[in-house]
Amino acid sequence: MPPTDQFAISANHLVRRFGDFTAVNDVTFSVAKGEIFGFLGPNGSGKTTVIKMLTGLLPLSSGSAAVQGIDVHDDPEAVREHIGYMSQNFSLYSDLTVSENLTFYGRIYGLAPDRLRRRMDEVIQLNGLGPYINRLSAQLSGGWKQRLALGCAMLHEPTLIFLDEPTAGIDPVARRQLWDLLFELSAHGITFFVTTHYMDEAERCSHVAYIYYGKVIADGTPDTLRELPDVNPPGTYRVEISAPHITQALRAARTVRGIRSATIFGQSIHALIDDTLDMDHLRAELLKDNVTVAEIRPLAPSLEDVFVELTYKHQAAAQEASRG
Amino acid sequence: MDNPFRGFYAVFYKETLHVRRDFATLFFSLIIPILQMLLLGYGIDTNVRQINTVVYNADGRRESRELLDRLRNSDTFHLVRFVNNDKDLNDAIISGKCRVGIKIPVDYSDKLLHQMSAQVLVLIDGSDSSVAGQAINVTTAIGLDESLRRVLVNSDAPFAVDMRPKILFNPDSRSPNFFLPGLTAVLLLNVTTFLTAFSIVREKERGTLEQLFVTPVRPMGLLLGKLLPYLGIGFFELCMIVFAMRFLFSVPIHGNVLLLAFLSLPYIFVSLSLGILISSKATSQAHAMQLAFLTILPSIFFSGYIFPRETMPRFFYILSYFVPASYFINITRGIILRGATWAHLWTDGLALFLMGSFLLIIAARRFHNKVIMA
Repeated sequence: MPPTDQFAISANHLVRRFGDFTAVNDVTFSVAKGEIFGFLGPNGSGKTTVIKMLTGLLPLSSGSAAVQGIDVHDDPEAVREHIGYMSQNFSLYSDLTVSENLTFYGRIYGLAPDRLRRRMDEVIQLNGLGPYINRLSAQLSGGWKQRLALGCAMLHEPTLIFLDEPTAGIDPVARRQLWDLLFELSAHGITFFVTTHYMDEAERCSHVAYIYYGKVIADGTPDTLRELPDVNPPGTYRVEISAPHITQALRAARTVRGIRSATIFGQSIHALIDDTLDMDHLRAELLKDNVTVAEIRPLAPSLEDVFVELTYKHQAAAQEASRG
Repeated sequence: MDNPFRGFYAVFYKETLHVRRDFATLFFSLIIPILQMLLLGYGIDTNVRQINTVVYNADGRRESRELLDRLRNSDTFHLVRFVNNDKDLNDAIISGKCRVGIKIPVDYSDKLLHQMSAQVLVLIDGSDSSVAGQAINVTTAIGLDESLRRVLVNSDAPFAVDMRPKILFNPDSRSPNFFLPGLTAVLLLNVTTFLTAFSIVREKERGTLEQLFVTPVRPMGLLLGKLLPYLGIGFFELCMIVFAMRFLFSVPIHGNVLLLAFLSLPYIFVSLSLGILISSKATSQAHAMQLAFLTILPSIFFSGYIFPRETMPRFFYILSYFVPASYFINITRGIILRGATWAHLWTDGLALFLMGSFLLIIAARRFHNKVIMA
């Protein structure tokens, strides 16, 4: 089947069992071409297992998946020809130079010598690796290693690139630069499948899914997720409370009737509040506990709020099910 | 107050916890020396027994068969092959299949019946001095005994059975001539197995192996690409060892050096494949090192390098057929000491090649199932 599908990835009811343990439990999602798809979830929730299934490294226990229109079960090798992959530890040969690393990966993908030369020039240009081509990759800083690893992953002009925690352990400037590069490449039609722990990165994605213990519990654009009814229960609203003594304020807030949940967020508190409690009453209630509040203002839920709410809801449902 | 032992109790406490948590590792590191002791203790017998012996009995009558029975009953000789001409007798020894050849002349029984002295030719492979010495002593003693019995019956009888030993190779019993060709096999194994085992385990540790698996590279492409450069290095190592043996230790090479070089390739191939197999199992370089040592010991003790294989108990003798160094030691000693040719050694080369291919296929399957799909 030629990759004419509008989806770069379509995963249908993926299941992967290891003995009695179900690591991936009926996972369905699809990624449209050109999207930056953020795949989020805690450690051990099945992110890497899903990537391994989509790249043909792990057979599916049941379900089906097509990557670039190719069925991963039927032809995993063809899938691997058409994707790039960059792991969190950048997987470079530290005793090879930048250009030797690129040459090696180019040859692995069977690039003919003149195409390899052309692609290396393009990738070096695009990733700004020019000044370092003869340097051993061991001597590069984290950010440059990551650029080189990305270069190696895109040498064979894949239109879909998997990035497994690409920004773990690199400095904020390099992180920002990587995202700029991803947006640029995305504008050229490359689809990205990115796993990350950083919520600010999730906010940058055009499409996110959240996997929790083998199940996808959220899937959509960041904006649609923020508007989910589960995240915004009827009869409630969200506020941000700024106070000088933040931990004291939190302790007090948790005793106030009408506050459903409250968490510290930087120098302020994010709280989910019943409609019956308006902001002036809230201020008064806190003052009773000798807490002075600098400011209270309404707040839209962040993606972190979304995932926290959905996780609680999911846990509650799971407990209910195990009790019943 | 400065207590130089500060922290002793805390560390002691923590360490005993580590030991208890990881009991399996401790158990295996303690049990392995015991296993090795049992293996070596039972497997190695420094008394030379059951030497593979080829017989050319040109006579074939009762007297000659009696002589063979006496040789057989001595426990020193194991009559494994019976031939009908001198050429086959020689070939059996040159090819390393037998170390002693007995030729009973066509007139053996006639001479004895006519109270004359009969000569028996004993050809001895001198490349192993302990085997050669034992063979000379025992055949001479049997000849003497046989003669004495006849003298006791009839005091006029001459010294009847005259065993004539002839040492074929390494007549001065120089020990470097014997040990260095075998050492070549052990040294080569050592170097090459470690080379491939480490090169793949290093990629596991760095995570680059994981990256490779997401590319279209196939297990065989990966493994052969890994193997070939080290085949070159192993071959270079062999050339250096042989050069040193010939010119520093003056070990004469009776056969064709090019044949030795050619037949070393399947052996290096086996060792490299073994290294790859180890690397499919090992999780760290230290682990790979442990496993590689496990393979090196049998190559030293059960390959005939130090102790003749025939002397081992049956189980270990059969085991020695699965030790690649057994074949290569026969090749090196064969070419260097006995002047063996392709016709004598091609089976050893083939055995090594098959072993190497088998190990490589197993390794590739393991990589596919246990390393990639895990």
